[in-house]
Amino acid sequence: MSAEQKIDNVLSIRDLSVHYSTNRGELNALRHVNLDVPKGSIVGVVGESGCGKSTLISSIIRLLAENAIVPNGSINFEGSNLLTISEDEMRAIRGQRMSIVFQDPMSTLNPVISIGRQMIDIQYRDKKTKQQKRQRSIEMLASVGIPDPESRLDQYPHEFSGGMQQRISIAMALQAQPSLLIADEPTTALDATLEVQIIHLLKDLQRDMGCSILFISHHLGVIAELCDYVVVMYAGEVVEQGTARDVFHLPAHPYTEKLLKCDPASIAEKSRSLPTIPGEIPDLTSLPSGCVFKNRCDKAMPKCDSVVPEWRESAQGHFVSCHWAKP
Amino acid sequence: MMDALHRISRDPLGLLGLILVVLIIASALLAGLIAPYDPIKLNIIDRLQGPSVDHLLGTDQLGRDLFSRVLYGGQVALKVAFISIAAALGIGVFLGMLAGFGPKWLDNIIMLFFDTIRSFPTVMFALATVALVGPSLGTVIAVIIVTSIPTYGRVVRTQTLTIKSNEFVMAERAMGVSTTRILRVHILPNVIGPLIILASMDIPTVIALEAGLSFLGMGVKPPTPSWGSILNDGYTLIRNTPWPIIAGSIPLVLITLGFTFLGESLRDLIDPKLRKNV
Repeated sequence: MSAEQKIDNVLSIRDLSVHYSTNRGELNALRHVNLDVPKGSIVGVVGESGCGKSTLISSIIRLLAENAIVPNGSINFEGSNLLTISEDEMRAIRGQRMSIVFQDPMSTLNPVISIGRQMIDIQYRDKKTKQQKRQRSIEMLASVGIPDPESRLDQYPHEFSGGMQQRISIAMALQAQPSLLIADEPTTALDATLEVQIIHLLKDLQRDMGCSILFISHHLGVIAELCDYVVVMYAGEVVEQGTARDVFHLPAHPYTEKLLKCDPASIAEKSRSLPTIPGEIPDLTSLPSGCVFKNRCDKAMPKCDSVVPEWRESAQGHFVSCHWAKP
Repeated sequence: MMDALHRISRDPLGLLGLILVVLIIASALLAGLIAPYDPIKLNIIDRLQGPSVDHLLGTDQLGRDLFSRVLYGGQVALKVAFISIAAALGIGVFLGMLAGFGPKWLDNIIMLFFDTIRSFPTVMFALATVALVGPSLGTVIAVIIVTSIPTYGRVVRTQTLTIKSNEFVMAERAMGVSTTRILRVHILPNVIGPLIILASMDIPTVIALEAGLSFLGMGVKPPTPSWGSILNDGYTLIRNTPWPIIAGSIPLVLITLGFTFLGESLRDLIDPKLRKNV
């Protein structure tokens, strides 16, 4: 890419909606989502289960389920709209310029094929000799901290621990030096110690390789530790976006505020019950009018019932959709 | 492979199974060399003898040497077992992967076919087929193939459905890999392990079924020796001599035990969840 082109964002999603047609009617999984991933930064996406995080990733990498409909929006990735390009162009982007690490390392790797063969297989686009590809795989394994990578290359996935399998997945995802790495809850299947290791690994690799990371998680501590920017999602909408510092210290949306209070790490007093946000996510097939969060919000006012809050900048670089937010 | 043999040999029952299986297969294969007599040669003078140095397991009502007949009977049993199980495995794997990986309507059609076959009791189905087309080795093999396909097909289908949803298959699809390659490189090696064990445990069942049909006179035609027909001869002569029954049942018992032990040992070996000391 030439230097004149001023593209600060590797990925920028504008007004993206995704619906699923189900037996119960149309399920509005994502509605008018805006999201930016600036070059060389780590963006965290938080939200409770079912808030559309996975749909968001699937639509970025264009592996949506067959019953998905994308009525409006654009996904701009390094100058091309991922929603309109052909399947062949998309295939050239996947794995090469954009790759993904999934939640469960056990199902990412084929259990009956050796690690080495899987790592060499995914370099099928490169016109290199098998020896060079093998060398590249060894380097990648070493860079994610697998000891003695040369001999471990001939081992099978079950001979590695869960944390090591996830490291291998990360190595494979970064093998082609993509400009965007999507990490879909990569630490959920691991225990707390490994989680920290993987987070540090991702941070180091990001610094060395200069790629951007879109990090999906519901673990607030991880997001705070790792990410430069935070996107908060609720019921298929992005409700708040800003730098990690702003969002964690000055949450502008009531949902973010409540979410932060629920983080067990922030509890100061001993108590038998963990804090929760009362109420449930609204039914995505028949959405209420106005604000989606109003039924669980303490601050709800009559306006919230009728008017959908706008997406606006409450402070420099800090966006929120709430009527209460300061303009 | 050597590693597998080494592991089996550490499990006493597995080792016993392996020895029995090798012994019976070897004796059937080498029947032409080790059998002291022609299995269908009549020798009326020496009929209905007990075991002796000349006739290790005695002779039957026509003076045929039972030991030789048992050895040659093994050939029939193993031929039926291996041909029919290999064919059923092949077709079952193909249909199962098709059902698991293909579109829903194809899955439904194949499952309907499987369920239809499974709903016949095997022996009834075998008797009906033999009654229609006449007894022969080919009929026995065909019946066993048809009735075994659904067993393997179902296992493969379930495994395929599980593996299909894994991310490595999704990745292959995203890269535009052909369905054939996904099935061949990724699904097949993942489903074949449990199937081999299932097949190895099915061999005694199939051998018993062949013996059963031959016992009823619905299997191999008379002069050809089969463990089932030896048992049938023994059954009619039970008041005169017990030896034909003993001669016919010993190999059946041994091969059943052998394959069962070997199959269980293999299962422990292949299934990491059951493996105690890795």
